[in-house]
Amino acid sequence: MQYLPNIIFVVLLIVGIGFFVKNVSRLKRNIFLGKEASLTDNKPQRWKNMAKIALGQSKMVVRPIAGALHIIVYVGFVIINIEVLEIILDGIFGTHRMFAVLGPVYDFLIGSFEVLALLVIIAVVVFWIRRNIIKLKRFFKPEMEGWPKKDGNLILYIELVLMVLFLTMNGADYQLQQMGAEHYAAAGSFPISSFIAPMFEGMSISTLVLIERTAWWVHIAGILFFLNYLYYSKHLHILLAFPNTYYGKLTPKGQFRNLQSVTDEVRMMMDPDADPYAEPTEDAVVPDKFGASDVQDLSWVQLLNAYTCTECGRCTSECPANQTGKKLSPRKIMMDTRDRLEEVGKNIDANNGEFKDDGKQLLNDYITPEELWACTSCNACVEACPISIDPLSIIMDMRQYLVMEESAAPTDLNNMMGNIENNGAPWPFNQMDRLNWSKES
Amino acid sequence: MASELKVPTMAEFFASGTVPEVLFWVGCAGSFDDRAKKITKAFVKILNKANVSFAVLGTEESCTGDPAKRAGNEFLFQMQAVTNIEVLNAYEIKKIVTACPHCFNTIKNEYPGLGGNYEVVHHTQFLKDLLNDGKISMEGGNFKGKRITFHDPCYLGRANGVYEAPRDLIRKLDAELIEMKSCKQRGLCCGAGGAQMFKEPEKGDKDVNIERTEQALETKPEIIAAGCPFCNTMMTDGVKNKEKEGDVQVMDIAEMIATAEDL
Repeated sequence: MQYLPNIIFVVLLIVGIGFFVKNVSRLKRNIFLGKEASLTDNKPQRWKNMAKIALGQSKMVVRPIAGALHIIVYVGFVIINIEVLEIILDGIFGTHRMFAVLGPVYDFLIGSFEVLALLVIIAVVVFWIRRNIIKLKRFFKPEMEGWPKKDGNLILYIELVLMVLFLTMNGADYQLQQMGAEHYAAAGSFPISSFIAPMFEGMSISTLVLIERTAWWVHIAGILFFLNYLYYSKHLHILLAFPNTYYGKLTPKGQFRNLQSVTDEVRMMMDPDADPYAEPTEDAVVPDKFGASDVQDLSWVQLLNAYTCTECGRCTSECPANQTGKKLSPRKIMMDTRDRLEEVGKNIDANNGEFKDDGKQLLNDYITPEELWACTSCNACVEACPISIDPLSIIMDMRQYLVMEESAAPTDLNNMMGNIENNGAPWPFNQMDRLNWSKES
Repeated sequence: MASELKVPTMAEFFASGTVPEVLFWVGCAGSFDDRAKKITKAFVKILNKANVSFAVLGTEESCTGDPAKRAGNEFLFQMQAVTNIEVLNAYEIKKIVTACPHCFNTIKNEYPGLGGNYEVVHHTQFLKDLLNDGKISMEGGNFKGKRITFHDPCYLGRANGVYEAPRDLIRKLDAELIEMKSCKQRGLCCGAGGAQMFKEPEKGDKDVNIERTEQALETKPEIIAAGCPFCNTMMTDGVKNKEKEGDVQVMDIAEMIATAEDL
């Protein structure tokens, strides 16, 4: 019976991590429903971008308050994970504070974790105030109603509870160490939790052990729960920000992709030797659908973008269309893409690995043409994203579908395009008059 | 008023067996829009004054395809691009200057993939080079001490990272450059990009150009400087809407330099 806690712990760990692995494979499957995109070029630049933007948080600090608070939570999250490693090893081997052998180094580590934990608590509280008391405008757009709003707060609650549990565990431990309790040898320094230790004064050793153990178990169970919460949450960005910044756009923001399928057709049309009546050859490939009307028409990077979005709304708050009351919100474009992708993924799961037409698509059922046509292609959203998401590319791909597959451009734009086709300018002026300005006074 | 504009065409250069240093890509707005034509002429005046060897394509120029591509018509864009590239390559063009950031972006970034490789510069970059090389001198004159704010064109700034060339020129005019609350990387669009210029805006609370004009007017400028014919139109309309056209002028940087030089 002596090993019962160890066994329970290992089972908990296996279930927690196993479930997470399952979610990761589902995530990967869904992302690769997207079309191929070759992004193996310029690896040094890609690593540099990842180091700077994701690891170094370079774009977070464009907004200094949110940026500084975010860095605290981020650094806290990363560093406190060293402690989680000890907790896991202790849990498996039934030891207590296994790393205590490190002596003064251990004291320093535990001390820094405690300071960080307090800072994280403060940052989380400020974040909560910004969302719920100050009610920052970007958290209250229509797309944030329901789950996204709840999700945002839940994450803060979970982080708060985890940090409080961590400090409670340490505080009780510290008190036990002071009392010279068995198994609680003096180890670590407790600059923060020593302040909560007085709360435990007068408690018996057995009560304190119960408190310490409860906090320890709930803390690690909470971490495993949080790990599995990610897949259902905007919080997935803590993992995907890294690949997403790696695969981010390297070309100038103004450079939009030239469609190869169109280039092939244009080449053929311009080729005087091409026989327009030729029978298609055996190996002729059916041309791609032009543009995107559903998630499978997008590239896997665009789908990775969608899962990476943490709904911070910096894109939407910088969007000229959104600022002037239009329906377009770049954040909604990303959220809709993810929601539809999830729907498609579930459809595939329910139909033995085959997607069964559900009569729905990303266009119209999620994103309306009105939103798409409000975009000025100004790249403000792309610039604003702290983790290199490109909502503009999705908008442009969907416009291509509307125009080239459905001929559904607004009338004014059809006139503009007609003018370009007929006289080489977006207005109805004769190309032969192009130089008239030079003779006008 | 200075002498008549000298606007040689590529065809003329070709006939005489010579090549100009640079092609001036005028663009559709610069060729046809009454307001933008003034920018074109101002730029040509400076080129003439500096004795720059340049040419235009004239009637051989056609839309780059930018508004078609941004409207989703990749097919029309590539037809335009391939046709233009054929003309440009036939004349063995090496360097292109344009006063339109949309033409600039398209030719610089999207033509290479279709066989058109040129050195492309925006006219503010070109003017700055002329200044650095001592080919034009700029004395502030009538712009000295004036409050000027610069509106970043999206396709020059964010899209291609050109923020300083236009600002350097404004400073050279001894003017007081005042930045709007959102500028450079975070500059707000004028509302014309992505083919919006050619359609009615979607339903909303206000038009984008009004929002941007309000931001510009907050700086209490005497001049709103622009570097794009479309931004120029949008900001001019915005200023009119606010009934400020008596106090605030919208000017392209080329026009400011031409005026300062009394051209």
